[in-house]
Amino acid sequence: MLRHSVSLEDTELQYFFKGISLEASTRAASSISQRPGSSHVSFPGAVKSAFTSDLKFALSANSPALPTYRVVDQDGNVVDQSFKPDLSDEEVVKLYKTMLTISIMDVIMFDAQRQGRLSFYMVSAGEEAISVGSASVLDKGDVVFCQYREQGVFAQRGFTLNDFMNQLFANKKDPGKGRNMPVHYGTTQIPHAAGAAYGLKMQRMNDPSLPPRVVVVYFGEGAASEGDFHAALNIAATRSCPVVFICRNNGYAISTPTLEQYRGDGIASRGIGYGIDTVRVDGNDIWAVREVTKKAREMALEDGGRPILIEAMSYRVSHHSTSDDSFAYRARVEVEDWKRRDNPIARLRKYMEAKGLWDESKEKEARESIRRDVLKAFSEAEREKKPPIRAMFEDVYEELTPDLKAQMGELRDHLEKYPEEYDLSEFEGGTSSLRQ
Amino acid sequence: MKQSISLRRLQKTLASGSASRCARRVLGARSPRSYSTHPPNARLNIPVDYSTTPLLAHTSQTALGSSELPPEVRNSTTKRMNLFQAINDALSIALTGDENVLVFGEDVAFGGVFRCTMKLAENFGGDRVFNTPLTEQGIVGFGIGLAAEGMRPVAEIQFADYVYPAFDQLVNEAAKFRYRDGSCGRSAGGLTVRMPCGGVGHGALYHSQSPESLFTHIPGLRVIMPRSPLQAKGLLLSAIRSNDPCIFMEPKILYRAAVEQVPLGPYTLPLSKAEVLKQGQDLTIISYGQPLYICSSAIQKAEQDLGISIELIDLRTVYPWDKETVFKSVQKTGRCMVVHEAMVNAGIGAEVAAAIQEHPGTFIRLEAPVARVAGWSIPTPLLYEKFNFPDVARIYDNIKKLLDY
Repeated sequence: MLRHSVSLEDTELQYFFKGISLEASTRAASSISQRPGSSHVSFPGAVKSAFTSDLKFALSANSPALPTYRVVDQDGNVVDQSFKPDLSDEEVVKLYKTMLTISIMDVIMFDAQRQGRLSFYMVSAGEEAISVGSASVLDKGDVVFCQYREQGVFAQRGFTLNDFMNQLFANKKDPGKGRNMPVHYGTTQIPHAAGAAYGLKMQRMNDPSLPPRVVVVYFGEGAASEGDFHAALNIAATRSCPVVFICRNNGYAISTPTLEQYRGDGIASRGIGYGIDTVRVDGNDIWAVREVTKKAREMALEDGGRPILIEAMSYRVSHHSTSDDSFAYRARVEVEDWKRRDNPIARLRKYMEAKGLWDESKEKEARESIRRDVLKAFSEAEREKKPPIRAMFEDVYEELTPDLKAQMGELRDHLEKYPEEYDLSEFEGGTSSLRQ
Repeated sequence: MKQSISLRRLQKTLASGSASRCARRVLGARSPRSYSTHPPNARLNIPVDYSTTPLLAHTSQTALGSSELPPEVRNSTTKRMNLFQAINDALSIALTGDENVLVFGEDVAFGGVFRCTMKLAENFGGDRVFNTPLTEQGIVGFGIGLAAEGMRPVAEIQFADYVYPAFDQLVNEAAKFRYRDGSCGRSAGGLTVRMPCGGVGHGALYHSQSPESLFTHIPGLRVIMPRSPLQAKGLLLSAIRSNDPCIFMEPKILYRAAVEQVPLGPYTLPLSKAEVLKQGQDLTIISYGQPLYICSSAIQKAEQDLGISIELIDLRTVYPWDKETVFKSVQKTGRCMVVHEAMVNAGIGAEVAAAIQEHPGTFIRLEAPVARVAGWSIPTPLLYEKFNFPDVARIYDNIKKLLDY
């Protein structure tokens, strides 16, 4: 397929060519021309490349893997001596409890789905430090785009247990009005983040009294294979968007291990290719995640804005979702090993215990009280009515179109004619919401 | 041989820098465009004369006569513009009136390959009017993110034929954003995606497509196609101000061909509202975009030959479309034809015809089956375009068939 090269009229052809030559002349003005005897290439596509008479391919296997930054080792000992904790003891305990809450909610909801009380669930076990840690250093005004394994971000940003449960049970208090699958708390998609970040940048340009804000977007290493990832990073770089890309590299996309996902040095190595400053971090170390996110946020706002990529390494200790049995494609022992050897919650616990902030009895008490709270929110949400049926027609457009009004009337007539064929009682207002 | 000489001369003139003038001479003088000619004996398939067609406002009075224009615009003045100039004017007004409006896409900064964004980057700055990397999914995804933050992005897809990489973003993201977000209240409603569409005589497979019906199957999007400069300006301003994501399709053959008086100053035209271009009693023709001109020519001939009167309706917004205006007309005439360039299968014609037969008030009035005159169910092949898209003769013949039924 020949792109964009067919002229429409002779005149179009002229303009088409003329446009290109116009651009070329603008570039010529900034003097990208090859000087005789120059040691560097001056092709417009790569202006800093030195000539070489050595025929040598850049071998992917020869470039060293980017290192993984950590603050605290597996035993909870601080290994980055320059690290200065910026949280009070109470705040550390609070972070820990948030991670614990997510992990306890995960277990209960996973079981609830198994009992058929919920249609679907996805746990974030093993990745609590990435979500809670990164969210804990963001500003309230920062905009966050999530995939679906970031319950910790929501929890850290003020989502209550009731909020989670209302969404999971799709009841009338679910702001999503029961339209989306469970665990779809927010929206997905990586290029949106680039656009949103450009929007924030422009808004601040128009009104300098606005506080500086960044956009943070989370996605897995599997999603990074989508064209959207490429589009987003490239466009964010070329438009200098203040956005922090956080890739959760947990080793699996459903059943696909990373060896079948990519052959480069993870996701981080790609950032550099887009001209994006990049760091790889130990995702099981909440302190490291906090440090890199803090720094990334700062850098993203420097010099009018720029994108930053963080690759947070972890291991998906859970099944992909409730519709997945991960032992069909990986050994149970591998998972058990990760659970036992290293996980973000245990690591922070060790750190806290070493400082005398935590002990076994506090752990027991916290777990029991969180469990009680989760079950309370669970049963409250389960008892709540479903949203009015009318919600199925609303918000497709800003206003109901004549067609949708007519279809709503059609559905109402049908439901009133065959009331015994549908369970209407659980929906707020029954068929009455379908009246105009 | 002749052609290769021309090409060499073209290259030479391009290299010498005085491209435009010489290119026109070379191409104009040596290679007459076969697509603009017509058989010497043709009575029906004569090229549209845009300078006399009743569908364009050739005088200020006609342009300002529309009751849809606000009073202050009706009392103002007009300027002759072609379609690309009217689009440019609308974009310029949008950029002036709202600092949240941004214009971007491939090659828009230097003015666009069709000149629709001429001078906008100079006048409004590179932060508001800019080139993107060559990635349609990126362009639309970026636009959705901007719209979600309350901006009013106007994204350009260089040809409608290249919108498919952005399909996921349009279908699963832009269209469903408000619905999914529920009472959280965010949406991609500020987004407008412009794209040149339709046949141009020699665009072949990838510079001729009219994919509007693919978008009409997606609740959440508004799909608009203007037929003229005056209309393009008003509808584009409406699309940009609309709080629903809009697909704005510009028939590229009209960019330079359709010239009319366009009111100066800002004005909008209503979305999802059809326009009755010509009253008639015996038959209703429903179309949108460029084929309206072909319909108009066919109507002139048929009325002259057959002593009948035909009503012509421009849908303007193809989804959500204005059923009321169409039903009212069909109830009056009892006969109906839908005309579009895109393939007949599952096209706009299918939806319009089905709705007409489904509605008790129009079904009972039908005196003939609803006819669809549209592209055949094939890609648009280079050499055969004139046999593929509806032309005056095919429309004329279908008018006769409907009347003889």
